[in-house]
Amino acid sequence: MTVIEARGLRKAFGTTIALDGVDLRIDEGRILGLIGPNGAGKTTVLNAILGLTPCQGELKVLGRNPWTERDQLVRDVSFIADVAVLPRWIRVSQVIDYVAGVHPRFDRAKAEGFLAKTTIRRASKVRELSKGMVAQLHLALVMAIDAKLLVLDEPTLGLDILYRKQFYDSLLNDYFDRSRTIVVTTHQVEEIQDVLTDLKFIDRGRIVLECSMDEFESRYLEVMVHPEHVAAARALGPIHERRLFGRSILLFEHADRSQLAALGDVRTPSIADLFVAVIGNEKAQGAAA
Amino acid sequence: MNTQSTAVPDSPLDPQGIAPADMAATRPMYWSVRRELWENRSIYVAPLVVAAVALFGFAISTIGMPQRRRAVLLLGEAKARAAIAQPYDVVAVILIATAFIVGFFYCLDALHGERRDRSILFWKSLPVSDRTTVLSKASIPMVVLPVLIFAVIVTTQILMLLQSSAVLLVGGVDPATTFEYFNLFQQSLILLYGLIVIAIWHAPIYGWLLMVSSWARRAAVLWAVLPWLALGPLEVITTGRSKYFPALMRYRLFGGFEKAFAFASRAPAQARVHEHTPPIDSLSQLTPGKFLSTPGLWIGLALAAAFLAAAVRLRRNREPI
Repeated sequence: MTVIEARGLRKAFGTTIALDGVDLRIDEGRILGLIGPNGAGKTTVLNAILGLTPCQGELKVLGRNPWTERDQLVRDVSFIADVAVLPRWIRVSQVIDYVAGVHPRFDRAKAEGFLAKTTIRRASKVRELSKGMVAQLHLALVMAIDAKLLVLDEPTLGLDILYRKQFYDSLLNDYFDRSRTIVVTTHQVEEIQDVLTDLKFIDRGRIVLECSMDEFESRYLEVMVHPEHVAAARALGPIHERRLFGRSILLFEHADRSQLAALGDVRTPSIADLFVAVIGNEKAQGAAA
Repeated sequence: MNTQSTAVPDSPLDPQGIAPADMAATRPMYWSVRRELWENRSIYVAPLVVAAVALFGFAISTIGMPQRRRAVLLLGEAKARAAIAQPYDVVAVILIATAFIVGFFYCLDALHGERRDRSILFWKSLPVSDRTTVLSKASIPMVVLPVLIFAVIVTTQILMLLQSSAVLLVGGVDPATTFEYFNLFQQSLILLYGLIVIAIWHAPIYGWLLMVSSWARRAAVLWAVLPWLALGPLEVITTGRSKYFPALMRYRLFGGFEKAFAFASRAPAQARVHEHTPPIDSLSQLTPGKFLSTPGLWIGLALAAAFLAAAVRLRRNREPI
């Protein structure tokens, strides 16, 4: 089942073009990472998916138009828009009561169960919790909602590495199953490399790269080239080259692994390295054009 | 407090097919109103504090009350009535004014604060529509505060009656002299009617404030008040007089009373205040028919509906500040 289907999404704020013809198709049971530099249009895409902003083009989320059918859609979609959006004045017990009161798909016992694993006290106000605890609380609430689609916009921004790790671990172990779909944007790409099933890069309002993570491993290879083979390696047409500790590291797309192995140490690149290569090239082209 | 959340889905009489539809309409509204009370404790704290201060002041006034009561009873019926009923009326008036001030500032912040602290992104992630949210916020000054203020006023007046009766008894004066001039039950009915009149008459004010609150990026209070205040000088500059603007303000703030009540004396308001004559002390002075047939009431309600509809649209479109 297709959860999100977008064709030619466009959106401009004044003269700034935020989305310049975005096409997206996400099936049930996928975890999509939407990665892009600041101002690339990630949040605008997510807001359009959530029905928080109107945009031109065709967009269906769970078969509904998110802008015109937002009130029905929101029962099946959860989102964490930012780290710090829980109201600071509310008590932990109140926010649980409230969500239990208004959300027909909220499982209170489940939320209490997640919270029991943390040190968060029921009587605390959100403003008294640390940033990491607020994220835990929000995640506990969201994971207790039986939603079909979960949208996370920078869910771990500003959290320390322990909380970040824990966040994705709980998401995978306690929440995700093949009937749910997750869309996540983040700058901390290294941490979600093993979490994602699909990857899309967005830059200047366009999708500039898309592949599944299975595909990713066969499609992209990185070689730390032996100094004597640099010229030969460059002749094979790498999409990016960088230097580390005096060695050249070349990134190839659709290259023959055995051929590369002769030139140096071959490995699967990190999403971060691929991101730098792809977005860096985009920027260079943008500057040239 | 959790009985509500568990009782509905578990109730065997409510098959799942019917329950969600019921729930969609009323439960988000119920919880949204509760949420407003959690966030804005001033809604009930401010009236309670004012009531406590009033009770404290009244307690001080009971010193020497028996002697004064004897003296007052000799002055004739009108003056006795004025002197005895006055503190009860004053308490009602200051608490009604408190409710107005609380409602005024509540409305200005209601749709602004959630954008300022970005919590709107959390509220919008839950299945509560913009319409339910705006209506729940509008219900605070138009329903919750009037009901609450009614309870606070009546409770305060009962406490005052008990206190004064005790003091009078000890001082050897018959407490029934109070009841003779201040009929709590009847005054409560008048109060209830008055509060409903105020809520309906002031609806466009609250609607306007909520709309500004959902629209302004900052300084909502200035946007809400300054355009109206600017009309005054504008009138003076363009026509050389100040006639319609003050009349308009007075009409929207107090005009409802003149339609809803038949004031006994046609004396100017100034004189009434000085003499402390209770303006309304009989149910026959209530004129709901006249109130309901006032065009100003219906124009006001139409404006309130338009402002609230605009606030719903604005909340849908506006992003966090």
